[in-house]
Amino acid sequence: MPMTERTRAAARDIIARYPQGRSRSALLPMLHLVQAEDGCVTAEGIEFCATELGITQAEVSAVATFYTMYKRQPAGDWLVSVCTNLSCALLGGEDVYARLSQHLGVGHDQTTPDGAITLEHAECLAACDYAPVMTVNYEFFDQVDPDSAVEIVDALQRGERPVPTRGAPLCTFVEASRQLAGFHDPRPGAVAGPGVGEPSVAGLLIADAGTPAGTAAGAARRTHTVPTDHPTKGS
Amino acid sequence: MPVTPVLTGRWNTPESWTLATYERTDGYQALRQALEMGPDGIIGLVKDSGLRGRGGAGFPTGMKWSFIPQGDGKPHYLVINADEGEPGTCKDAPLMMADPHSLIEGIIIASFAVRANHAFIYLRGELVHCGRRLRAAVAEAYHAGYLGADILGSGFSLDLVVHSGAGAYICGEETALLDSLEGRRGQPRLRPPFPATHGLYASPTVVNNVETIASVPYIVRRGVEWFRSMGRERSPGPKIYSLSGHVTRPGQYEAPMGTTLAELLEMAGGIRGGRRLKAWTPGGSSTPMLTADHLDVPLDFEGVAEAGSLLGTAAIMIMDETVDMLRVVRRLTQFYAHESCGKCTPCREGTPWMVGILSRLERGEGDVTDVDTLLDACDNIFGRAFCALADGATSPIVSGITFFRDEFLRAVPTGSAPGHAGTSALATESAVTESAATDSVAGSPDALARAH
Repeated sequence: MPMTERTRAAARDIIARYPQGRSRSALLPMLHLVQAEDGCVTAEGIEFCATELGITQAEVSAVATFYTMYKRQPAGDWLVSVCTNLSCALLGGEDVYARLSQHLGVGHDQTTPDGAITLEHAECLAACDYAPVMTVNYEFFDQVDPDSAVEIVDALQRGERPVPTRGAPLCTFVEASRQLAGFHDPRPGAVAGPGVGEPSVAGLLIADAGTPAGTAAGAARRTHTVPTDHPTKGS
Repeated sequence: MPVTPVLTGRWNTPESWTLATYERTDGYQALRQALEMGPDGIIGLVKDSGLRGRGGAGFPTGMKWSFIPQGDGKPHYLVINADEGEPGTCKDAPLMMADPHSLIEGIIIASFAVRANHAFIYLRGELVHCGRRLRAAVAEAYHAGYLGADILGSGFSLDLVVHSGAGAYICGEETALLDSLEGRRGQPRLRPPFPATHGLYASPTVVNNVETIASVPYIVRRGVEWFRSMGRERSPGPKIYSLSGHVTRPGQYEAPMGTTLAELLEMAGGIRGGRRLKAWTPGGSSTPMLTADHLDVPLDFEGVAEAGSLLGTAAIMIMDETVDMLRVVRRLTQFYAHESCGKCTPCREGTPWMVGILSRLERGEGDVTDVDTLLDACDNIFGRAFCALADGATSPIVSGITFFRDEFLRAVPTGSAPGHAGTSALATESAVTESAATDSVAGSPDALARAH
């Protein structure tokens, strides 16, 4: 679709983040931005980036096709990514992927006929201590198994929004893309969504057990038990 | 128990990611000290501390900073490599999630030291929630006068941009990261020239890992002697060790450099289910695997190198006796084949060929020459590409064959359903229609993933 004035204004905001004369640095966030408009990187999106940055469409296409997060076809409302790399695979990540694929009837990078879910297997998602992990629009569901993963996608297909283990409450792929373009998540409490669970503080808990009572560090930490942070108020 | 939470110290504090919490727990005090010390004083201090890069290579941080030419009239840049994605590595994401201000304070101090007025955090795209926390923290820091013009009245100005990537492991390689940050395909550059003189926009640039830079405020505040009281002579300080895989309590364990796997396993409750350790990576999938014979290797840069591997990111992936080494190596090799950027022929062409050979062996269709062919291919890849991704791709294969040659040589796999062992999540229709889940949970002794 043609880009709106709001999108043009957003593009100018992005370009302004980078040093004078270095506007091409804005290309990756701008591709996230056009993906937020169209649900994927379209020919119009490529043309828009090229025009705004004064580079060729071929140059933009070369970049857009290099990175896996830019989608060539409209993604579903919910991008379900299952890590199948080693630490997750050791604990059943490949089984989670296989079960979801069977259950949804789609393979890697394919979308269910109702347009609700795009499934993908992902490479390491930097949450190996929470393995096996999957993400929905990049929010973490930790320590999943084939059954719990099916429950999550079933809920999504019913139009519900299951609560991630870590991350903000689910937002749409389009909203997530806009945040990837570098814009703040406007939802109250989004920043406060859980970030750290027990594995992240495994060593810290051992240290706390041995911390002499009354020290500031120990006391501060002991006021709170894991999981560390919970949705309270935004920062 | 040798556990020394420094960087992880705030992670269990309520609302740890806010400026209020950070300031209440000594936050931004180091910045005030640093501004008094002056740039050269900070570089000297960081040199004396012996801090080495925590992103994998272990290059001395102070020395890297001192390579930035001074008085050259060019703008300087600091770029934070927050593109965490090396399989097994999961330390920077929780740091940015739980304590983003420690990274930001480190960035301000480091930028002041190398005389950079523009800094970037190149954040892995998929880490959307880290992005929320970082962007909120950056906004708070601007509001409080820690970023922007004339920081705390020092005359020093700094702009900091959080830049999300878009899904490419290769962008964790520093020159590919710089190309990506310039709005290009993330492909490595030939060196020299090095980023210290020709980095971002062909200007002097320091690229540092998240954990490295987050260490700086503590060193400024607590001093060289304190930092060197942990770890070993050439690898001092605390290190976040990330344990994953077949371990009872996976997670982040911050301990002095040189802590052994035996000690870490004791903290983490040992191997899951009381089984025996078979193999482990000391620093992510790109570091050669080690075995139960290496439990007492000091996990610092020198200790692991002496044992024939690399400390890397101290991402320890633990595999118990039930794993099928061929499947492990095949899966990791698929990763490198997928993530090869395609610039250098040996890596682009070699990695898919090696996946093919490994898959053939796994299906029981290989022959005895395949193992030598794999080693020969690795020999033709290692050191023959622009960047370390290619070298890393050979690590699982060479180390796997070194320690578990028999498993590669077997002509016919036992214990796996025919046609199953060779398929993977990457495969197309067959993997979808097959009840892979039931097969591998059925207790086959050589399943990559076992029921738990």
